Amino acid sequence: MAWSVGTLTFVLVRSLPGDMAYKIAAGRYGEDAVTIEAANAVAQELGLNRSALAQYTDWMWNLLSLDLGNSLVTGAPVIEEIRIQLGYTLTLAALAIVIAAMIAFPVGILSGLKKESVVNKTALVSSTFIRSQPVFCLGLLLIFCFAMELNWLPVAGFGGPSYTVLPVLTLALSLAAVSNRLITNNTRRAVTSGYFHFARVKGLSQRRAFVRHALPNILIPTLAFMGIQLIGLIEGVIMVESLFAWPGIGHGLSHAVFARDIPMLQGTALLMGTLFVLVNALVDISQYVLDPRTRDQEQ
Amino acid sequence: MSGLSRLSIKRWVGLVLLGLLLVLAVGEPLLLNGDPNKQNLSAGLISPNVQYWLGTDQYGRNMLARIAGGLRISFLLALFCVGTAAVSGVLAGVLAAWQRGWIDITLNFIANTILALPGLVLILIFAALIPGSFAMLYLAISLVLWVEFFRVVRALTLPVISGPQLQSSQILGFGPVYLFRRHIWPAIRHDVFSLAAFGAATSIIAMSSVGFVYVGLKPPTPELGLMIVELFPYYHEAPWLLAEPITVLFMLVLGFHLLADKPQ
Repeated sequence: MAWSVGTLTFVLVRSLPGDMAYKIAAGRYGEDAVTIEAANAVAQELGLNRSALAQYTDWMWNLLSLDLGNSLVTGAPVIEEIRIQLGYTLTLAALAIVIAAMIAFPVGILSGLKKESVVNKTALVSSTFIRSQPVFCLGLLLIFCFAMELNWLPVAGFGGPSYTVLPVLTLALSLAAVSNRLITNNTRRAVTSGYFHFARVKGLSQRRAFVRHALPNILIPTLAFMGIQLIGLIEGVIMVESLFAWPGIGHGLSHAVFARDIPMLQGTALLMGTLFVLVNALVDISQYVLDPRTRDQEQ
Repeated sequence: MSGLSRLSIKRWVGLVLLGLLLVLAVGEPLLLNGDPNKQNLSAGLISPNVQYWLGTDQYGRNMLARIAGGLRISFLLALFCVGTAAVSGVLAGVLAAWQRGWIDITLNFIANTILALPGLVLILIFAALIPGSFAMLYLAISLVLWVEFFRVVRALTLPVISGPQLQSSQILGFGPVYLFRRHIWPAIRHDVFSLAAFGAATSIIAMSSVGFVYVGLKPPTPELGLMIVELFPYYHEAPWLLAEPITVLFMLVLGFHLLADKPQ
């Protein structure tokens, strides 16, 4: 999978219409200042005159030895920049997932248990509200509310713990808005099922029947869906980081696009893709651990 | 039954919401004839009044005309992207399920390769290739949406093709077009429609997101995400201005999400 991400970015970037060297020279010296000599110098420096296949094998080889080249803007090795950014992004994503789970599970289970309750209706309306806007609009609303009107928290940037609150909250809310409805549906399906009624009939208390029989059946499909939702997480990371100027990979990616910093763009896109695949694999593994049925099939 | 009628109400609300926005998008240039790019620097940041229903922005441009322009771009992009993605996705899905073999393998490989990258990353890369190009955005978003259609249609078509109904029609000598219309299309219709509505919302969100990080369409194009960034510095002087594109974007996405709600 990582290979396909890499190759895809390579093919996309190489299929740029127009001369590659010319474009990079334009990125370095400005559109107007580009001359044929400058373009040729760039082509010489980066070895762009060789055949596409030679460039590709070369690039793959560098990739395997974790050499992603140097950023065209800062001149620093891409791998260094990404390593710094990765820490920030992982902090943001992990905090957001934890908080999203802390919101989504109680709300989802409560509204699944009682269909006509206030909790369920409030959750439905607020989830629809949050889902109906791009993540950056939600972030903007939170900025207006907590940073500009109430002055409780800083607007953007990164300086201390108080800077993490709004980005994490934005991402967590957007994740929780989707997953709490899913948990609601799964809860309802579990508590109206035959096996749950049977557990009650055979004398288990509501609480015990729920923990022992309903909860695993809520968790498994929810986790499976989390894998799909990760796309939302990654896209959310890009938008939230750009909005709050959070120094992570998503911010790096959108800046690389803006500045046409091709090595940086490849590096960040590659890392995003790899991260995506990795977390997907983690979800599959946890699925395997949690669900005895998948293990039985193997045997 | 009560569930069914509630769902259809949701759809109606979505339809009415989108209808109103469409009237604004198409009606504004026909009836009021505003120019979204005409500047009037002495009349900047005016609050909504009789002449400018939604006020003016920092360059004195008519916000009503700009919002309508943004809506037109959003609707057009959604229409193009979803149209392309739906047609190619359904065709590819049915073809893969019908022919199997190497066609199926190749198409699945392409779909999985695209799926390996989160959609927004792919769209950003495309946006980087030719900055400010509507065609590039269209291509990238269609490419991302296409995979959804392909996978769902393929999964839904497989059981239909091996089912007895289609096979007996085939034995009676009906051609592929008839088989598709009579057997496959009814099985996939609802899901294709839902996917299309969701896809429209996704493409609108994607375009505004790319506009918001400033790598999408270039100013002075009245694109909603771009308008939000441009008006952000004027939040203290004119909060209503910033609220306008946000509200419209919200209504657009909400409308498409409500429309996507399929009857069980």
